[in-house]
Amino acid sequence: MQQHEYAKDFTLAELMICAASEVFANDGEVLATGIGVLPRLAASLSMKTTNLDLMMTDSEAWLLSEPNPVSGRKAGDAQANETWMGFSRIFDNVWSGQRHALVGPSQVDRFGQANISALGGSYEKPKVQMLGVRGFPGNSISHANSFFVPSHNKRAFIDGECDVVSSIGFNPSRLPKGYKLSDIDIRRAITDLCVMDWGGKNFQPRVVSLHPGVSFDEVQDNTGFELVMSENCQVTAHPTLQQLEIIARLDPANIRARQLKDNPPGIRA
Amino acid sequence: MNKLTTAQNAISVIQDGMTIGIGGWGPRRKPMALIRELLRSPVKDLTVVSYGGADVGMLCAAGKVKKLVFAFTSLDFIPLEPWFRKARQNGEVDVFEIDEGMMLHGLRAAAWGVPFIPTAVGLGTDVVRHNPDLKIIDSPYDDKEWVAMPALKLDVSLIHTTTADTRGVCQIKSPDHYMDDWFARAAKHTIVSCDELIDTSVLHQGDESRFVFWDRAATQAVVHIPGGAHPSSSAPLYGFDVEHFKRYAQSAADDDFAGYLAAFAIDKDEPSYQDAVGGLSAIQQLPMPVY
Repeated sequence: MQQHEYAKDFTLAELMICAASEVFANDGEVLATGIGVLPRLAASLSMKTTNLDLMMTDSEAWLLSEPNPVSGRKAGDAQANETWMGFSRIFDNVWSGQRHALVGPSQVDRFGQANISALGGSYEKPKVQMLGVRGFPGNSISHANSFFVPSHNKRAFIDGECDVVSSIGFNPSRLPKGYKLSDIDIRRAITDLCVMDWGGKNFQPRVVSLHPGVSFDEVQDNTGFELVMSENCQVTAHPTLQQLEIIARLDPANIRARQLKDNPPGIRA
Repeated sequence: MNKLTTAQNAISVIQDGMTIGIGGWGPRRKPMALIRELLRSPVKDLTVVSYGGADVGMLCAAGKVKKLVFAFTSLDFIPLEPWFRKARQNGEVDVFEIDEGMMLHGLRAAAWGVPFIPTAVGLGTDVVRHNPDLKIIDSPYDDKEWVAMPALKLDVSLIHTTTADTRGVCQIKSPDHYMDDWFARAAKHTIVSCDELIDTSVLHQGDESRFVFWDRAATQAVVHIPGGAHPSSSAPLYGFDVEHFKRYAQSAADDDFAGYLAAFAIDKDEPSYQDAVGGLSAIQQLPMPVY
């Protein structure tokens, strides 16, 4: 098998994992945190391919030399602990800036601000209470962040600002004293339609690659704010056979197939 | 000094309007037997500081929370804590919603006796807009602005540990002690419930003392309650009770907290509760979650 031969048959979930793994490729020795099955697979894949220096935890309290598979493990199975990394030490890492989080917010706005706290109503009485701001404020002011959005639509990529701005973005009206917009490090958004970044003029959101069979107009129609197309916008790279093999090893029970509704194919019919 | 007491005695120090801190994280190593004792008490108008799970949800459901200091409230596998959610959506509790790390800063400030700790965390977000009491200050050393995270001074902390001796030396054998050391230090009075009561001589063996994360001067009361974290986990002894949490979540869907309390004899006492959930042996057989 040619290791870098592109696969012809792959799922959308696998395409998104591979696209998301690229966000860590040039990070060097940082802690990669992928929240959820597909983001965690993306970070693990990068640690096995594009960035061997990456650090990952067991999602509990230990830093691992080898990423744990996301499925097929039993309690008490051996794992490659290299140091204790409980939550208090995670914050030491966060505030040193040596981390890149790949998170799944409920809302993202044109500034790259994100929300996992609450939706609608008033702040005193939200219509839908969600998790709370969690670590989003600290993550976003301290280190690199990317977003994983499995359903690209106007409820996720909203018109106007997030209902509760949980993480700082490229919003001039909220920029703290002494900061430049370029101090904010929002990297990419990986969705089921495309890959975006905020690399347009004045940090305007733009599409950097379209998934196979997806048009720019379709992305724009499902986004609540104006997008531009990157000058060298391409079709999102298909997974290689090597990537698919590593993903299969990291997820032997194939729980990645249950993460997107109906587990659609990577190349649209 | 012998700090061993009953849950009822220990909880009796908590008065209306106090600020209490609760150790653990989400569905993990929560002092739930102490929370149940609090549910049985007439105490009200509490300010609660917690990396919360069902501890926060139950106190909200019982109408005991005036104000909640939180970054999240979650049962992990049930991401949205159902009774907390209901309390928020009904506008029943005042909130001070902060970042997880800001809470750590607030506990440290209280422990260290300083009024605040400066941090960049919260800048540019609704954390600073929604909390007008949260001050933003200039630095004497640079040109940036900083959030002055105030000390979260606690009247009482409630913590669940793996073991303790009667003098209040506590071991946590779970992989993470979370911020429990800071909850213990931030409080005037810390109550610890433990799964196992140990003789002090156990601590002298091998590396046993490496599992002690704060000195005994920060612990004022010890309550021995095997299974006392249930339905949350107490690794490595037992995992969290998925079925119980589902039943608890259903009580929120049915808007019937009284029904939940009655179904598990929580309105009665802890031995009756443990009987109702299948006994201590059933609790101790709950499997560890795999991540």
